[in-house]
Amino acid sequence: MTETELKPSAAEIPSEHIIDINGVVKRFGDNAILDGIDLSVSKGEVVVLIGPSGCGKSTLLRCLNGLEPIQGGTITLHGEPVIHGEKSLYKIRQKIGMVFQSYDLFPHLTVLKNITLSPIKVQKRDKAEAERQAMELLARVGLADKAKSYPSELSGGQKQRVAICRSLIMDPEIMLLDEITAALDPEMVHEVLNVVLDLAKSGTTMMIVTHEMAFAQAVADRIVFLDGGSIIEQDTPDEFFRHPKTERAERFLKTFTYTK
Amino acid sequence: MGNNFLRLLSGLWVTVRISLISIAFSLVLGTLLGAVMTSRNRVVKVLCRVYLEIVRIMPQLVWLFIVFFGVTRLTGANFGGETSAVIVFTIWGAAEMGDLVRGTFEAIPRHQFESSLSLGLTKPQMYISIIFPQALRNLLPNVINLATRMIKTTALVSIIGVTEVLKVGKQIIDANRFEFPNAAIWVYAAIFFMYFLICFPLSMISRAIVKKQQRSEGE
Repeated sequence: MTETELKPSAAEIPSEHIIDINGVVKRFGDNAILDGIDLSVSKGEVVVLIGPSGCGKSTLLRCLNGLEPIQGGTITLHGEPVIHGEKSLYKIRQKIGMVFQSYDLFPHLTVLKNITLSPIKVQKRDKAEAERQAMELLARVGLADKAKSYPSELSGGQKQRVAICRSLIMDPEIMLLDEITAALDPEMVHEVLNVVLDLAKSGTTMMIVTHEMAFAQAVADRIVFLDGGSIIEQDTPDEFFRHPKTERAERFLKTFTYTK
Repeated sequence: MGNNFLRLLSGLWVTVRISLISIAFSLVLGTLLGAVMTSRNRVVKVLCRVYLEIVRIMPQLVWLFIVFFGVTRLTGANFGGETSAVIVFTIWGAAEMGDLVRGTFEAIPRHQFESSLSLGLTKPQMYISIIFPQALRNLLPNVINLATRMIKTTALVSIIGVTEVLKVGKQIIDANRFEFPNAAIWVYAAIFFMYFLICFPLSMISRAIVKKQQRSEGE
């Protein structure tokens, strides 16, 4: 599939920013993990963050959700500031869906309850209505028959698809996917990435951290290359993968091809 | 004979009373202690650790002597045998319980907290719906195990003059030594069954919980 099929959204709606990141600095001790990041994500856009391990891409996603305090700069979701430790964060987080690398389903709840917990508890939605939507989402990711199963009865790929449903049911404005296939066996990576590709096509705004370069190329409207806590380069996937402009990006991309 | 059985039962009641009160105190204090033990503060951590190790290293018997004789000696405060027993078993039970609570909470993966929060749950909602249910399921079998250990260890309190079930048994054996030289085996058998009747249901509950847990975890 070509990239033009996938990305009408970014071209059509360039203006409305979902997330604005301005000069974000994140330090652990003296170590600057993020060193002045500026980035905006528009509605319907799929931004893929790539870069070497430890470049700060996962940390950036965690900061966007207020899981990590930041030491400088601002993050706003639709103009509302995301501030670690603030009460307002609970409201904002409902609009940000996040899926992690580790299987983070709640082991003591069935698949269905995992998904309906937050709409019922947080959004105070009707239980029957939440369950109906949960079943629709499960059907969409091909897991309708697993609604009554417990997470331990699922494969890694199935767990991640459930985790995606669990975020989607909150009807988030943006989905943050943090290396969601990194812990999966290779044969399960595909089923999860297909779901994400499907979301991208339907216009879900996403920020994705991944090491799957082919997937990044297929799903992204924009590739953002991070290294050493800074954005080194950003471009359309076609441009970035074919003609990286910086030497660092070129070197990074070379590590994915084995040459003798 | 009928009288002796009643005597044993009244001894058993002393055992149960000391155990239940100590266990109840231990559950409450131990849970609080466990919460304190998960603190990141170094000093708090070390203090809790020292308390736990001292309680573990010293035999309960020594603690009974310290509280029953030593404290009176030092401060003049005079605790009865049963009170001393409850104090000692609470000190011990709370320490063990605290360590169980600490271990259980620390064993819950960090991403369980993070994914709860990122779904928009408030901290109280997170603890009530996600963390406590998981903790409780892991904790219960261990707590029941601790409770049965405490019940069995209360036999020591006869040393400080509390007539619990084992002591009553000894008295019965001694009183009938010449008429019924073989009484010991029957009396001890009766005591064995009494302990069994108290502890076995607890073990069964614990086993049922573990089983249910394994089913939902699909192991």
